[in-house]
Amino acid sequence: MTMQQRTNSPSRTGRLSRRGFLAGAGAAAGAFSFGFSFPLPVRAVAQAAVKEVNAWVVIQPDDTVIIRIARAEMGQGSLTGLAQLVAEELECDWDKVRFELVEPGENRRRDRVWRDQSTGGSRAIRGSQEYVRMGGAAARSMLVQAAAQGWGVPAGQCTVAKGVITHQASGRSTTYGAVAEVANGIAPPTGITLKDPKDWTIAGQPAKRLDTLDKLDGSLVYGMDIAMPGMLVAIPKACPVHGGKLKSFDAAAVSGMRGVKHVLRVDDETVAVVADTFWRAKTALDALPIEWDNGPNANVSSETIAEMLREGLSAETEYVGNRAGDAKGALARSSRVIEADYGFPYQNHAPMEVINATVLWTPERCEMWGPTQVAEAALTALATAAGLPVENCEVHVKRIGGSFGRRLTTEYVTMATLIAKQVPGTPVKMMWTREEDMVQGRYHPVTQCRLRGSLDADGNLDALHMRISGQSIMAYMRPSIMTANGDPVTFQGLMPDGAEMAIGYTIPNLLIDHAMRNPHIRPGAWRGVNLNQNAVYLECFIDEMAQAANVDPLVFRRKLMANHPKHLAVLEAAAKGIGWETTKPPEGVHRGLAQVMGFGSYVAAAAEVSVSAGRLKIHRIVAATDPGYVVNPQQVEAQIAGSFVYGLSAMLYGECTVKDGRIEQENFDTYNVMRLDEMPVVEVITVPSGGFWGGVGEPTIAVAAPAVLNAVFAATGKRVRNLPLKNIDLGTS
Amino acid sequence: MAKLNINGKVVEVDVEEDTPLLWVIREHVGLTGTKYGCGVAQCGACTVHLDGVATRSCALPLSAVTEENRIVTIEGLGAETPHPVQQVWAELDVAQCGYCQVGMIMAASSLLAQNPSPSDDDIRAEITNICRCGTYPRVLAGVKLAAERMTNRG
Ligand code: FES
Ligand code: FES
Repeated sequence: MTMQQRTNSPSRTGRLSRRGFLAGAGAAAGAFSFGFSFPLPVRAVAQAAVKEVNAWVVIQPDDTVIIRIARAEMGQGSLTGLAQLVAEELECDWDKVRFELVEPGENRRRDRVWRDQSTGGSRAIRGSQEYVRMGGAAARSMLVQAAAQGWGVPAGQCTVAKGVITHQASGRSTTYGAVAEVANGIAPPTGITLKDPKDWTIAGQPAKRLDTLDKLDGSLVYGMDIAMPGMLVAIPKACPVHGGKLKSFDAAAVSGMRGVKHVLRVDDETVAVVADTFWRAKTALDALPIEWDNGPNANVSSETIAEMLREGLSAETEYVGNRAGDAKGALARSSRVIEADYGFPYQNHAPMEVINATVLWTPERCEMWGPTQVAEAALTALATAAGLPVENCEVHVKRIGGSFGRRLTTEYVTMATLIAKQVPGTPVKMMWTREEDMVQGRYHPVTQCRLRGSLDADGNLDALHMRISGQSIMAYMRPSIMTANGDPVTFQGLMPDGAEMAIGYTIPNLLIDHAMRNPHIRPGAWRGVNLNQNAVYLECFIDEMAQAANVDPLVFRRKLMANHPKHLAVLEAAAKGIGWETTKPPEGVHRGLAQVMGFGSYVAAAAEVSVSAGRLKIHRIVAATDPGYVVNPQQVEAQIAGSFVYGLSAMLYGECTVKDGRIEQENFDTYNVMRLDEMPVVEVITVPSGGFWGGVGEPTIAVAAPAVLNAVFAATGKRVRNLPLKNIDLGTS
Repeated sequence: MAKLNINGKVVEVDVEEDTPLLWVIREHVGLTGTKYGCGVAQCGACTVHLDGVATRSCALPLSAVTEENRIVTIEGLGAETPHPVQQVWAELDVAQCGYCQVGMIMAASSLLAQNPSPSDDDIRAEITNICRCGTYPRVLAGVKLAAERMTNRG
């Protein structure tokens, strides 16, 4: 569908709004109508559409403001934040704002007027805030100009409030909706000055999400829910040993089963059953005799991977991420050296919506409907697999049922296209089972870390060597950004300086280096990326050093943080919030701290836990965040609470193990995640200090585990150095 | 042909009887509000009301349900006006990605029907649905607020 067509059905029109706010209308129709998404020819209704003011803003005659959103929405809420930023500069009525999602083919046809559509690294807002605000400001200026021209007065004499343009002197006023059509023909202004965030009235406010109502009545059509006339469902199965091959399969054994239409070889490693429904396809796939060639990794196990990484802990390496003084020399000379080895396992993203994509291929044209975090890359993958010029292809992006980095790759788009290409003219919805999603993920990389630290005569940390051994995400995902020595993303949170991922401590003799060891399991960018394990390693070990020095962990950190005031400020805020130096925790409750910088933001957490009879209870976590600016405080709060759930799930349960070359966990019964009963009370403190734009979706995840693990130590005297906690007996100390 | 009573209407479906109710609802009846998350009764995304009780439809074969059983899906919840749980969910902006929320709402509304004033511990014990986005604090607050509204009203 074209943008114009979708403009006619903007957001906030879920069944709830119709039913709830227009008393009882159309209930019966609502109950049995469901979302169709037809593959209509592009531009079919373009003529009937309202002209946009500019690429970011469409205003309908009734003053409804439609703001175009180019970044993916997967629950993180940046859709609403981005709309707030546009609306702030536009000075429209926020209650009249709706949204629509930009499609990558349209972006391409318009010379990337919406720029980068990829959504990762907590960059949706910070990576586009400036030009989306410019878009809103330009539209405002054009709308005012349009009104002023009509009245024959200078635009400078007109004012705007909530989408109403007024010329005070002549007592005239009009609305954005009335002049939008004319504004479309006005040249965009040059030399825009954006508002100072301290003057914001829409941005910076705790606005509710724009995309809520259709999530509450079941009317939101996710990729999984797409239905089209004549559509078939495909379920693929790839060789469970990554890199292995599909040798053969016996299609005849299942082709007579009810509903089964095709049994197809998709690529070198994948077979798929195409049927009229999911359940029939799955039943046939489960019955399909398949022979795999598991390849050279058939004997790899978690133990052999651990062995491979352990070797890297003491290997020679040249890849240094951070160096000051002479750490090795200082450690060799010191008589107070503490050493510890840590480890962090593979984990699956496990978003609630599994991998899916619906593709319609014809010899002339190919379209996809479904979730992606990288719409433009998905379009390229679609066109390539379709064997068609990219101009003849389009990706219709859907709001996503969770993603957490999983859909930054496009292999599933390719797969769905290769399937649909074998069923020309028929829309095919490729759906993975949860089991396939679990064993064919793009996993949080596996790493180990050896830390050696020494204390000087005054009990200060005077040397630290941190050796990370393990998997590089980028070597697999984006080899083009690898340097000659290694993966620059490895050192997130540990870099000497910079606005993105800098360490918060000054240690006179410091060496942080990496020995890359890449097992065959495919890694990916898992919410928080490498910050997760790096924060566990550093923040738990700093606690170990504080304990060795017999100094309070907050006091010990403060001494190392004098040159890192922003890191320190969030740590102090979290410590103050939990009452670190002011109140005693309740009987049997113990506290832990952690801080880190990542994705441009400074974050810290303070946790209160108790352990009784080996059972851990996390009572309370206080989070402090400095993201520079806060565009929507209540969405930030939701992201931070969500980050704790994600990070604590990982700490408590998250582990994918490998046996016979394959991932063992196939569903939530063996890959458990946190539920409501384990949720601590979360308190969120934001301390935006301004002057920079940091991300919010990811950094807090990284402090969840170390703050709790440090509290677990305080409670039990046990250092948990290998996650997840489910494998550790906290009962005997 | 099997007959099902869904959202107060009787529908006929021609489906193998071992098909889980979830897929009958989604693919044969065409109501896609009920979600697939795991297929093994772990996550609750597929929760519907079966004779008023929250039930994970992915683990219930069609053969276990008859026309006598009243099935209510999210599309049939609060058919006239939004259910108080939906109302509160909108007010508190509970949903993040939303994928699990239909199941959460069905579980919460069933809990409140059985236990109009649940304690925090009741809610924590009864709502075992998985939300990977981590909406749990607002789910807890939402159930409590909905309970308050429903008791005051009733
Ligand atoms: S899909 Fe039924 S419980 Fe997960
Ligand atoms: S809101 Fe995304 S899984 Fe719950």
